[in-house]
Amino acid sequence: MIADPIAAPKTVRPGRASRAERLASVSQRHGALTMLVLAVIAASVTFDSFATAENLAGIAIQSSFLAVIALGMTFVIIGGGIDLSVGAVFALAGVLAAFGSRWGPVTALLLPLAAGALIGLVHGVLIARTGLAPFIVTLAGLLAARGLMLALTTEGADTPLVPRGSGFLELGRGVVLGLGVPVWIAIVLSGLGTVLLHRTRYGQFLFAVGGNEDAASLMGVPVARVKITTYALSGLLAALAGTLNAARLGSGVTILGVGMELDVIAAVVIGGTLLVGGAGAVGGTVCGVLILGVIQNVVNQIGTLTSSVQSVVSGAFLVVAVVAQTYLSRAGRAR
Amino acid sequence: MTTDTARPPASRRIALPRVVQNYGVYAAVLALLAYNAVFTPHFLDGANLRTQLVQAAPIVIVALGMALVIGSEGIDLSVGSVMALAAAIIPLYLGFGVWPAVIMALVAGMAAGLFNGTLVAVVGLQPIVATLALLVAGRGLALVFAGGQLKQLHNPDLLALGDGDLAGVPVIVLAAAALTLVTAVLVGRTTYGRRLVAVGGNRSAAALAGLPVRRILITAYVLCGLFAAVAGVFATARLTASDPSAIGNLAELSAITAVVVGGTPLTGGRIRVLGTVAGALVMQLVRATLIKHDLPDSAAQMTQAAIILLAVYIARERRTR
Repeated sequence: MIADPIAAPKTVRPGRASRAERLASVSQRHGALTMLVLAVIAASVTFDSFATAENLAGIAIQSSFLAVIALGMTFVIIGGGIDLSVGAVFALAGVLAAFGSRWGPVTALLLPLAAGALIGLVHGVLIARTGLAPFIVTLAGLLAARGLMLALTTEGADTPLVPRGSGFLELGRGVVLGLGVPVWIAIVLSGLGTVLLHRTRYGQFLFAVGGNEDAASLMGVPVARVKITTYALSGLLAALAGTLNAARLGSGVTILGVGMELDVIAAVVIGGTLLVGGAGAVGGTVCGVLILGVIQNVVNQIGTLTSSVQSVVSGAFLVVAVVAQTYLSRAGRAR
Repeated sequence: MTTDTARPPASRRIALPRVVQNYGVYAAVLALLAYNAVFTPHFLDGANLRTQLVQAAPIVIVALGMALVIGSEGIDLSVGSVMALAAAIIPLYLGFGVWPAVIMALVAGMAAGLFNGTLVAVVGLQPIVATLALLVAGRGLALVFAGGQLKQLHNPDLLALGDGDLAGVPVIVLAAAALTLVTAVLVGRTTYGRRLVAVGGNRSAAALAGLPVRRILITAYVLCGLFAAVAGVFATARLTASDPSAIGNLAELSAITAVVVGGTPLTGGRIRVLGTVAGALVMQLVRATLIKHDLPDSAAQMTQAAIILLAVYIARERRTR
């Protein structure tokens, strides 16, 4: 890093080494996309019913909720943190949305979003101001959000329903140009997320904080503010996903979201975002989410397999993805 | 971190007395016992104390293994799934007798630990990711083994592990106590324990000092898997059924909580064995206290969250020294 800038060019050897490097970096960047394409091709060759518009739209809508949460998680992980509370916030938001829908669609939307953002804000403040480990703070957040959800539903016995004919239901069930509204929301948000990450000051700050927090702080990056914003964003997006899901189901189901944080983290990691922070992309995360969606769909198509096989396959995929990623990034670094 | 040395007075003012940091968790156990002795009827009855210990024992066992891994600056998210895996394997080999079944379950746990340890130590994955994979896949695998079904167990020798007594003390509590002793000796009195803490404190320094870092790390994960499998066997025996979809659910969170509340820092380099046991007891007593006073599960969860934050906040200063 401190190498003499004039001497530096001499050490760069053009030719084979740099081509291997480029190959490594390209496959690392597009590894998730490659895997997704291969998985889709394999699935469409094997199953006639896979590549139908109906089935693909189904995968899209199934994945859209996960994609919205994973977007927030991508930001958190790029910033060098982790958010274990998203599954609990997802469930809490669903309950709050169904609960709020009796006062109209606006309350149904704003109540859970405010709660999610607030939970994220508290996480961010605790992490940034007291220096507690993100793992612990958001683990406590997981318990607190789930406890709050249980308290609201008399220990999970009640399932608040969205009134019939409420406009709020359109948010989850509406179809525009053949795709569900949640899918469009996930697409738009992923686009916005990419812009936020790569074209704004906040995005650059986030990469800096995730790459080296001390260095970022010395450069004058407002580390605390960046972290707080990131966790608030993650809480907000998890709540949005829960709200959309409640609009789709027409009720706030209390048993949802258990272990969802792990699916989300798996999707982000498969997508090529490094858990150590400082690197990652929204596009990869979207591919990671879709890979998990395709696996789930294929397992369902086979029919004789249970969802337990699905988790075995997903887990195996996760190992393959991260091991490949590690060796590729090591190959990229070994110059 | 570096500002600490620059401004010692400021940090000294914030720092809580070391006594609170080191013995707070034991004080919490005593305080909870004292509170319940006064305000909860029949709390100090033998039967109730026995129930509390029996309920805490599996988490104590899992948490001991977790403490070893956390001391190595790692984490093992897969313990709950390993418990399920052990539970699923028992009925497969129960035809050969209890001991072959138990041994196969323990071997499966060690194999899971070996897998985790190899990913962490040899491939160089982050512990969270490496063990996340087995968390996702392990329970699935367990359900595949079990055919997705709960199996009632009727082998009397196995069930004796769950509800049997030895000299008036439940077998499971004795097992937890024995494993605590073994872990305490391992950490405090053996070369391996010293090496493990050294690796957790500073991995590259340990490697430069010539320690076999990979072997040490893999051993820690294997032990953690073994302990989780032991807990899975006991949980199965107590349930009198092999139910891989329920056994060990969220055990990783309880175990990590116990370790952290017990004062082992997540940053590694220090293992508090007795603190871990006390941490598990604190969480068990808190839950029992809330239940006995008719507070709902929601309140119990929120209280747990507050305790975790408080415990880590108190322990926080320790890390910077």
